[in-house]
Amino acid sequence: MQFSGSSLLIELLKRQGVRIVAGIPGGANLPLYDALGKSDLRHILVRHEQAGGFLAQGIARSTGNAAACFATSGPGAVNLLTAIADAKLDSVPIVGVTGQVPSGLIGTDAFQEVDTYGMSIPVTKHNFLVRSAGELLEVVPEAFRIALSGRQGPVLIDVPKDVQQAQIQLDSLPEPGVADPAAEPDGAILAAMARLIASAERPVLYVGGGVVASGAEEEVRALSAACGIPVVSTLMGLGVMDPDDPLSLGMLGMHGSMATNLVVDRADLLIALGVRFDDRATGSIAGFAPRARVIHLDIDEAEIGKIRRPDISAGCDVKRALRRLNRMVAKASRAAWRAEVDALRREHPFAVPDGDSHPGALVQRLAALAPEDAIVTVDVGQHQMWAAQWWPVRRARTFLTSGGLGTMGFSVPAAMGVALANPETPVLVLTGDGSLLINIQELATIAENNLNIKICVFNNGHLGLVRQQQELFYGKRYVASRFESRPDFAAIARGFGVPGCTIGIPYDEGALKRALSIKGPALLDIAVPETENVYPMVPPGKSNVEAILAAGRSS
Amino acid sequence: MNGESNGLPNTIVKLMVRNHPGAMSHITGLFSRRGFNLEGILCAPVDGGADSAMYLVVRNDERLEQIVKQLNKLYDVKSVGVVTDHIWTHRFKEAEESTLFGHLEALLEAFEAEEQT
Repeated sequence: MQFSGSSLLIELLKRQGVRIVAGIPGGANLPLYDALGKSDLRHILVRHEQAGGFLAQGIARSTGNAAACFATSGPGAVNLLTAIADAKLDSVPIVGVTGQVPSGLIGTDAFQEVDTYGMSIPVTKHNFLVRSAGELLEVVPEAFRIALSGRQGPVLIDVPKDVQQAQIQLDSLPEPGVADPAAEPDGAILAAMARLIASAERPVLYVGGGVVASGAEEEVRALSAACGIPVVSTLMGLGVMDPDDPLSLGMLGMHGSMATNLVVDRADLLIALGVRFDDRATGSIAGFAPRARVIHLDIDEAEIGKIRRPDISAGCDVKRALRRLNRMVAKASRAAWRAEVDALRREHPFAVPDGDSHPGALVQRLAALAPEDAIVTVDVGQHQMWAAQWWPVRRARTFLTSGGLGTMGFSVPAAMGVALANPETPVLVLTGDGSLLINIQELATIAENNLNIKICVFNNGHLGLVRQQQELFYGKRYVASRFESRPDFAAIARGFGVPGCTIGIPYDEGALKRALSIKGPALLDIAVPETENVYPMVPPGKSNVEAILAAGRSS
Repeated sequence: MNGESNGLPNTIVKLMVRNHPGAMSHITGLFSRRGFNLEGILCAPVDGGADSAMYLVVRNDERLEQIVKQLNKLYDVKSVGVVTDHIWTHRFKEAEESTLFGHLEALLEAFEAEEQT
C-alpha cells in the first residue's frame, strides 16, 4: 500500500475509531486536509482552534472515547493550547494534530513557526514531534494509548509539512492503540480499608471526576447504600449520585452548602475516590476534614499524598477497587450518623433564596423544562456555580464543565461536540454574557451544522464572579467587571442564522418553553439580577466551615 | 524522609530515560512547572545511545516523594531511583556550601561508578 504521511495519519485516526474531527486548515496542514478531503472522516470547520479542541472535549467527555482535532502551525497551534490545557486539568482524552513548518525550516523563525512541541510539554500528558512518515505508525497508536490509559489526558502530535507529504510503502498497518489494563488494587489493602470503614462512626464518601472516568457510579451508590455513608461530590463528580438519594449531599467546597461542608468537618473517616483534594473543594487544607482518617483511591499514584497524607491508599482503578471492596465491607445502617446528617441539613437548609428571579430558580426552571435525557454544558463563573448547586445531575457525563482550568468559553464549542456525538440527545448550554463572548464565533459552526443546541445566556452585564469578589474582598472597588456595552445577543444570534430571543424579568414561562422547543439551535438571552451573589462562599484562605452564607451573614 | 535535610542538595535522583530530543525538556520542564528544586544535572547516553542515564541533584525534603512520583509518570522515563546514603551524596553533605565544582565531582564519580558496574 502506498501512503503519503497525511493519508497514513487519516487512516490511523480512522482505525482509532475517530469519525469526527474538528479543526481549521492553514498553510502547514494543507496536505493533511487534502488527505482528509479524500476520506470519509467527517470534518467540522470551527471558527477558532480553541473551539476545535473544546468540540473534541465535548465528544470525549460525553462518550468516554478519545476524540481528535486539527490545527495548523503557529497561531493555529497556540490557539489550540487553551483547550489542550483544559483537557489536562480535567483528564480528558483528546489527541491534537498540529501542522508544523517543514523539518528543514524548524528553528529558523519561518512563517507561522512556533515551538509547538516545547509550548505543549507542560499542558499535555505527552507530545510528539514526528520526524518521518514511518514514525506515524508508532506515534498515532501510542498517542491514543497514552490519552486513554491510567489517568486520561490530552496528547499532541506535531507533524512537519514535509512529513505529511512524504511517501511511504507499507505492507500492513499497526493495531489501534487501546488503554492499558487498569492497575489492580491489592487485596490486603482493600481488606484493611473495609475494616477501617467498619470501625468508622461518621464516614463520608468524597467523590470526583475519577469516579466518572472509571465508570464507577453504580459501585459508589452501592457502597453508600450498603454502609449508610453520605456522599459529597466535587464539581467534576456531579452525577455520580442521584441528587434525590437521601445520602447525596451535593457539591462540597467553596460554593457547597453549609450542611455539606459541616458533614465533612465532622467526619471521622473520609473515603476519597477519584479526587485530588483541589483547593476549591477543600478550602484551607489544614481545616479540611480535620477529625477524619483518610482512605484515598486514585488511578494516579502521584495524587496520593500530594495534598493530604492518607491513612490507607491505593493507586488503582476506582471501579475495580470498589467492586471488590463492596464485597468485603460490613453492611451497616449508621442510623445515628444519618440522623446527625439530617439534623445538620435541617439546621442549615439549602434552598434557592426568595423570589422567582434568583438565578438558582432559573436553573431549576430550565431543568424542569429540559427533556429528562438532556446533556448540559456549563461555562465558567456565577452561572456555573448556580448550575452546580441547582441543576439536578442524575447521571454521569451529562453535566460538562471546565472544572480544573476554569476556561470561560468552554460551553458552546463543547456542546457542539456533544451534539455531534449524541445526535438524538437534546443539548443545553448554560453560559454567562461574559463567557458567551469568548467563543461566540461558534454560532456560525452551529448554524452551519444545524446542531440541536439551546444556548441559555444568564445575562447580568458583568463578569459576575469577579464583581462578587470585588464586592466581598476588595472593598467594593469594582474594576473592569462591568460591561458598559450591552450587545443584543438575540440579534447577533439571528445574524449568524440561529434563532434568538430576549427574555426579561419576570420570566415568561411560555417564552422559555417556546424557545426550548425549537427544533435545531436557538439562543435565549435571559436577564438575571445584576448584583446577585453566589452563596455560600468560602473566603480565600479560610476553611469550608467559615463560609459567608448570605449577604452580611457569616457562619 | 530521613530528616537529614540541611537545606543543601544532598540527594541524587537517578533516571534511565529514552534518549531522544525532547526528553530533557520534559524532565527539566517538570521541575520548573511544579516548583521543584533542581541543583544539578549530569546526562550521558548509555546502551549504545538508545537510553540516557541522568543524575539529578535535589534536596531531600518533603517534596522528594512527589518529585519521584511525577517523574515516574513521564513517558520517556524508564526508571527512577533515589540515592540518599552513599559516598556520592556524602560529598554534598560534607561541602561547606554547594559549589558547581563539588556537584560536578560528585556527579562524575557517581556516573563512573555506575558505568564500571
